[in-house]
Amino acid sequence: MLLAYIVRRILWTIPFLFAVSLVAFALIQAPPGDYLTTFAATLAASGDIVDQARLQALRERYGLDQPFLVQYWLWISGVLRGDFGISFEWQQPVSNLIWERMALSTLLALSTLLFTWAVAFPIGIYSAVKKYSIADYTFTFLGFLGLAIPNFLLALVLMYIAVVHFGTEVGGLFSDAYVMAPWSWAKFLDLLSHLWVPVVILGTAGTASLVRIMRANLLDELNKAYVVTARAKGLSEWRLILKYPVRIALNPFISTIGWVLPNLISGAVITAYVLSLPTAGPLLLQALLAQDMYLAGAFILLLTSLTVVGMLISDILLAFIDPRIRYR
Amino acid sequence: MATRSEAPIIAETGPDVPAPQELALASQWRLMWWSFRRHRLAMIGLAMTILIYLVAVFAEFLAPFDPHEANRRALYHPPQMIHLVHHDAETGWSFGPFVYGYEQTRDPFTLAFSYERDPDQRIPLRFFGEGTPYDLWGLIPMNRHLLVPVDPGERYYLFGADRLGRDMLSRTIYGARISMSIGLVGVTMALLLGIFLGGISGYYGGFTDTVVQRLVEFTLSLPTIPIWLALTASLPQDWGPLARYFAITVILSLVGWAELARVVRGRFLALRTDDFVTAARLDGASEGRIIFRHMLPSLVSHIIASVTLAIPLMILAETALSFLGLGLQQPIVSWGVLLREAQNIRSIAQAPWLFIPGGAVVLAVLALNFLGDGLRDAADPYAQDGR
Repeated sequence: MLLAYIVRRILWTIPFLFAVSLVAFALIQAPPGDYLTTFAATLAASGDIVDQARLQALRERYGLDQPFLVQYWLWISGVLRGDFGISFEWQQPVSNLIWERMALSTLLALSTLLFTWAVAFPIGIYSAVKKYSIADYTFTFLGFLGLAIPNFLLALVLMYIAVVHFGTEVGGLFSDAYVMAPWSWAKFLDLLSHLWVPVVILGTAGTASLVRIMRANLLDELNKAYVVTARAKGLSEWRLILKYPVRIALNPFISTIGWVLPNLISGAVITAYVLSLPTAGPLLLQALLAQDMYLAGAFILLLTSLTVVGMLISDILLAFIDPRIRYR
Repeated sequence: MATRSEAPIIAETGPDVPAPQELALASQWRLMWWSFRRHRLAMIGLAMTILIYLVAVFAEFLAPFDPHEANRRALYHPPQMIHLVHHDAETGWSFGPFVYGYEQTRDPFTLAFSYERDPDQRIPLRFFGEGTPYDLWGLIPMNRHLLVPVDPGERYYLFGADRLGRDMLSRTIYGARISMSIGLVGVTMALLLGIFLGGISGYYGGFTDTVVQRLVEFTLSLPTIPIWLALTASLPQDWGPLARYFAITVILSLVGWAELARVVRGRFLALRTDDFVTAARLDGASEGRIIFRHMLPSLVSHIIASVTLAIPLMILAETALSFLGLGLQQPIVSWGVLLREAQNIRSIAQAPWLFIPGGAVVLAVLALNFLGDGLRDAADPYAQDGR
């Protein structure tokens, strides 16, 4: 039954991914003119000789004089084979540029998700159990503040405090010595020591909303008869809470992966730009501003696919935890 | 810890608790108001929201100067304090608002400006004094401002000045107009789309419902900022400020409608089977009367609450887009455009007051969130949850 559900859910993802790729392609098609005009202009600006034969070959390869659907087909069939087209600005295949950045983006999103859970879970339980206590009000207030401050503003303020009061920079994901270095254990540790800054910045809004969800769900459960029964049985209070109501209140917690992940990936674009992180966001922004459309399209496609996959994972996890969903 | 304080459904009598017979006769809107009034944060949010919108409406009058007026002698001018009382050995005590002048010096090596307060130089200010002439709402020619220097040639900077010596106070006030209105316009468009699609989805049900629901799910699963960025990047560069403003609101609402459509559909479905609707139907009320007289009033309160919670999201989105340079552009002044000045660490280290528009964003978003939260809780005054 569980297996059938998972298969059904995975099959559902395919039309979603198809729609995502259509949206991504429509977006990169939207600017006026085709990319080769931009490409020729870039070449001319850098003083290179514009080779008409090469332009013509590119035009044919990407089918730029063909209708939308043909172009889409040429693009998506290339993507499925791992060929994302070429970046006109960098003069390289797009696939050379994106993978390391996408990996770091994914790492950042996942670490932030873990951070969000780790912080929101205990605070949410505490706020619900000690409803209307001073700590509850403090967390509620901090939560509102966390939702109201744009991530990039928080990043800017942190940078300001670090520079003015501590004389250090907080940007980037690596120390200078490791930026170009090949991957090693030391580089990984260096990454971890830098990662917490963007993780905390990105995690604030998500944590705030998760705390509120956890608190509200748990409050609903705490009133129910089975809690009274368990208490009457003489179960210790914390054990009782963690064993029964929290498990049920956890349900919406997991389904939030579905929407926390898009928010994280979204927010990360701007924060990464402010903190100049080597993730997908800043390069996407640069590509969009330079109308380097195959590069931008690849990022948009991969970032949106990431969120679709996040929804898939959250649905499957939910089915594991809550048998009612499997039998729907 | 086992003692959970249960607030009684109808609280003890007090100044803001209506008498029972009044409660029984009160209209739905009155009940909502009573339930809303008990929510202290929401009342604060309401007051702050009204205040911010008033600032946006009367921007020309409240701003002391023209927000575009550059001043070469006030580059990165620090914020000044308003003083009320002055004591002088010769003239004795004098009362009235004034600021101390600042002496500008320039480092000969780094060429950086620095400012020194000059206690001998006072710039007296006057309430409702005459200043730069303007047309209020583009209609009424006026030249009075809330607080201007007595000598119209003088300048003062309560929020400091930016890199071109423009007054940050005036710019923040004018920014309120754009930032707050973009939230309203964007939400209105998102609402129209949401009511239309949510409505047909809830009304027809079946296949249409499935299609619209999939569309909503799909839209909600998209990471908004990359999509917004791509959409705004594809706007033609030669569009005027006004066309761009509307294009941005359309783009914001394209992603914002989904949540509203979900709310509308959900409420519509829940209400359709409610007892009072069945009762009205059994009474022989027409379909139109059921929808407009019976269902809509219960829907409206929920929609207002969701809309209030959607506005801050739009404001944040516009701020983010403009901050990245893909949203609104100079000479339009919005909080996001202003924060663009605070983008590099060198300028904020020299002029931390460039963060002030960010503070304005946080205040506005907080106010609207408090208000929306209170509205959501008050939207269903019959829900007996003891709030």
